[in-house]
Amino acid sequence: MAVTAVLTWQLAVNSALTWKQFGWSFLWSSTWDPVREVYGALPFIYGTAVSSGLALLLAVPIGVGCAIFLVELAPKRVAEICAFIIELLAAVPSVILGLMGIFVLVPVVRAVEPGLTAGLGWLPLFQGEPYGVGMLTAGLILSLMVLPYITVISREVLLAVPRSLKEAMLALGATRWETVMKVSLPYARPGIAGAVFLALGRALGETMAVTMVIGNTPQIKASLLAPGYSMASVIANELAEASSDEHLHSLIAIGLVLLGISLVVNAAARAMIGLLERRA
Amino acid sequence: MRNIFKAVVVVALAAHPAAAGVSTLNGAGATFPYPIYSKWFDDYNKVKPDLQINYQSIGSGGGIRQITARTVDFGATDAPMTDKQLFKVDGKLLHLPTVLGGVVPVYNLPGNGDLKFTGEILAGIFMGKIMRWNDPALQKENPDAKLPDMPITVVHRSDGSGTTYCFVDYLSKVSKEWDKKVGRAASVNWLTGLGAKGNEGVAGLVIQTPNSIGYVELVYAKQNNISYGAVKNASGKFVKAGVESIAAAAAGLKMPADFRVSITDSPNPGAYPISTYTWLLVYQKNPGEKGAVLREFLSWMLEEGQKRAAELGFSPLPADVKAMVAKAVQTVQ
Repeated sequence: MAVTAVLTWQLAVNSALTWKQFGWSFLWSSTWDPVREVYGALPFIYGTAVSSGLALLLAVPIGVGCAIFLVELAPKRVAEICAFIIELLAAVPSVILGLMGIFVLVPVVRAVEPGLTAGLGWLPLFQGEPYGVGMLTAGLILSLMVLPYITVISREVLLAVPRSLKEAMLALGATRWETVMKVSLPYARPGIAGAVFLALGRALGETMAVTMVIGNTPQIKASLLAPGYSMASVIANELAEASSDEHLHSLIAIGLVLLGISLVVNAAARAMIGLLERRA
Repeated sequence: MRNIFKAVVVVALAAHPAAAGVSTLNGAGATFPYPIYSKWFDDYNKVKPDLQINYQSIGSGGGIRQITARTVDFGATDAPMTDKQLFKVDGKLLHLPTVLGGVVPVYNLPGNGDLKFTGEILAGIFMGKIMRWNDPALQKENPDAKLPDMPITVVHRSDGSGTTYCFVDYLSKVSKEWDKKVGRAASVNWLTGLGAKGNEGVAGLVIQTPNSIGYVELVYAKQNNISYGAVKNASGKFVKAGVESIAAAAAGLKMPADFRVSITDSPNPGAYPISTYTWLLVYQKNPGEKGAVLREFLSWMLEEGQKRAAELGFSPLPADVKAMVAKAVQTVQ
């Protein structure tokens, strides 16, 4: 608590210039021009939100699916080995994942993107040049990064579902699928929700891997193929060379916004888990 | 207990024979000259084993902030400090040029050797006005090249950097439109393209992406073996960057007394137009013995240090500038 308070205080003090100059409009203006000292955080907030959202969209179904497979279907030995490998994946440093993103994922995405544009180009989501780097790649790398969290925690909570409940369901003639859907998942829901929020927290703050593949362009484009920018990335990129006070304060202001969003996400997670537990 | 403590102190003192005088100098700043600076500090440590010089390459902006706050003994920057920045400095801060470097346009255009660019073409490409490789302006300068009918993927730096400053400073000089729409700074509001982190990031993305163009410091282009183009200089010649053509950009130009000068778009006939000095920032008055130690190092840098520049891809200072800097170094106390 105290640390968070001190952090917030420090960030607020060191971004005072920005708040004084731009006020709340800092949050929804979209120009970022260090030459003319005009700063707006919207493209970065948008980039962080979209890349993290995309990551969860991909990682939650796969992660929970993996967990179900490991708990309900896989032979015990296989499950244990798989779980161990997935836990190892969580320990891969993000800069390594970023490098993998640049050397493996980006060329693959660049090769796949023309197909996406040809097939789904009528959707604004899949229009534009196939650069390889961009929002889609950032979402993919983030989903890879948060997948182990979701899988490992979901597996733990699914393992904790009382055997008696499942056996009772099976004894009533339910299929395995019905047992998972009607007993295991509802029982494990608060834990899985916790895993998702933990993953979201990680995705929001992820810096290195995202910086390496997102394209670092402060713009808001509907297309997932277009390059974007995230809050953590712009701080990492520009802080070292920010020589004017206004620039420095604006970067710290973005840090404050990021901290605020993380706190809100955390609080929301608490509230939601509390709600789910009461219902369960 | 006390004896043990004494013994530790004695051992510590014995291990640091220079403890009485100055044993370390701390500096921070530009990343662009880091290869040559780290070599200098290393070599100087062999000449003067008692003195350890630490340098953190945290970027020019950070270097300027730290030397302004006097948390380091010297700073380093790739872009001269603005009057506004100097206004905040307490005491007289000297800009001392150390070496010269160049920024080159690198591209990935399979089947093409050396391309020729003009300032207007580069400004057009990086503003998103020239969008395809077979643009008439490019074809006019490169009649023999096989320019494909493909969109140009622009790659620029995402992090603030002296390399960017040098590049956009040049574009601001040759293109009014660039000056008005984008301007010059270590980070700018790019109108098009992808951002990549660091010289190595830009080099990497250009190597990977067909039909792309970016800009990196000459050293990185050579290290990564990427093709880089010749650029038309102010006297109308197409010049490729190299140790000589970068040095030629500085030769004979009028140097202001405070050394804050931009040498992009140099009028010299053999000059490579996207060249820049890089500076050390040193206070004229330093506490205690530090001034003398700094002065000694700077004098060594001007003589011995300069000889080591070319092997790392940097150009040494022209003789007249070297003499001026030597005079300024003597005022450091």
